[in-house]
Amino acid sequence: MILVRPDRVMGLCNRYFYIYTRSGFRLLDVIFWPVMDLVVWGLIAKYFMRLNSDNPTAVSFLLGAIIFFNILNRAQQSISVSFLEDLWSRNLLNAFVAPITVAEFVASTFVVGLTQIFAVSLIMSVLAFCLYTFNILAISFALIPLFLNLLFMGWSVGMFTTALIFRFGHQAEALAWAVPFLIQPVSAVFYPVSVLPDWLQPVAYMVPATYVFEGMRAVLSGNVEIASYLLKAAGLNIFYFIAISIFFGAMLNSARERGALAKLVL
Amino acid sequence: MAADIESEVETIVSVEKLHKSFGKAVAIDEISFQIKRGEVVGLLGANGAGKSTTIQILLGLIAQTSGKVSIFGMDPWKKRVAVLQRCNFSSAYVALPYNLKVIENLDVFAQLYGVSNRKKKIEELLQLFEVDHLAQKMTGGLSSGESTRVNLCKALLNDPEFLLLDEPTASLDPDIADKVRKLLAQVQAERHMTVLYTSHNMRDVQELCQRVLFLHQGKIIAEGSSEAILSHFGQETLEEVFIAIARNQVTTSLLSGEHN
Repeated sequence: MILVRPDRVMGLCNRYFYIYTRSGFRLLDVIFWPVMDLVVWGLIAKYFMRLNSDNPTAVSFLLGAIIFFNILNRAQQSISVSFLEDLWSRNLLNAFVAPITVAEFVASTFVVGLTQIFAVSLIMSVLAFCLYTFNILAISFALIPLFLNLLFMGWSVGMFTTALIFRFGHQAEALAWAVPFLIQPVSAVFYPVSVLPDWLQPVAYMVPATYVFEGMRAVLSGNVEIASYLLKAAGLNIFYFIAISIFFGAMLNSARERGALAKLVL
Repeated sequence: MAADIESEVETIVSVEKLHKSFGKAVAIDEISFQIKRGEVVGLLGANGAGKSTTIQILLGLIAQTSGKVSIFGMDPWKKRVAVLQRCNFSSAYVALPYNLKVIENLDVFAQLYGVSNRKKKIEELLQLFEVDHLAQKMTGGLSSGESTRVNLCKALLNDPEFLLLDEPTASLDPDIADKVRKLLAQVQAERHMTVLYTSHNMRDVQELCQRVLFLHQGKIIAEGSSEAILSHFGQETLEEVFIAIARNQVTTSLLSGEHN
């Protein structure tokens, strides 16, 4: 049995391509905010450096964190916001009654998300180099597994958010933007886990992104041995991806039984 | 035996003792009906009668509480893709993405349905519904009549064997509604398509449907040809029957076979 047919995934991707390229506001959302984050946080970091220049890698930590967090955020939005796009254009019913599998729908959002992330990360990386002489390639080969771990975590969070929209309907739409920022404080994005209160540290260690950001800082500090970070992040990602896929299916079925799916798409 | 097999093959939709309740509220109360290949069946009823729930169950959007639904002999939820590949759906209340051109929307859906020679198919349908001049127009800028015809183009992209039409002529002026009705009748006859049609426009139903199912409070209260229903209830038009049923002014039912 073929779960994912490439022609159908391509059809869905074409639709997102048209939607994104037609809407100036969507492009603004995809490109403008990440670039603004980079510029503002880069300037703040430079200012702190001027006040206290004991740690010259502080700017790199911050800029790396901004670029990496954007990968996580974009990956989750590529699923949850793509779903909302269909909802808002009152097209979800047409999509639901077309012969496409949930796997094809999710796969197309993966492809669209990946394309967006590459484009935005490239723009941010070039800007970071031009404005602050921060070279993301300094992370070297570790960049790829760190990137992939964030991508998978973002997709899992996106599926989780979409499942909550199935469950709670339109009132849960804001979660499509909010969830990554709810996780951010315990993901060690801008600071190491050791900064967190003792009682919160175990929670941070349950988040795959924590190991990615700790690993990124280790690499930027000159430590090339980050395999343990990568393995822990990958292990957690696999666990969450499976658990959230089951949760997603359960929420979809629950929405069908309660009639909530029909209310949502009509 | 041979007749049994033939009858089984020719049944496109089979609904047996279908029941759906939301908590204590009963939306559909053990209804049963069949639709044979090439039949055009009207599903009528006042608001809240259960027609939307029935259609949504057929489309796999709502799970039934009990009972059995089969389309082409398959469970539409378990064999969702196989069933949907041979069906299509159009509703006056469901839009195509507004910020895509008409041609782009149709091309995307043609890809989703795996249509071969997409360009030719889309051109044919746009010409058939006399909307080929709208191909490069943004879908969001179409009038109701144009939008309905483009939606019907989308609904016929995969040459569906079974087509669900939910009030396709709602919000159309009489001229356009008449054109749409005639086109639908023509396409249905040419392709021997099976159609389940819901409408509050009784003229649509009388002109297009060979058989009518009247739903009331979740039950099928009448089933048969328009003529049989009019004769049974002693009314002049289906609209009068509709009103009488909606106002609980009928005391008898007309169920399958009674009119034969």
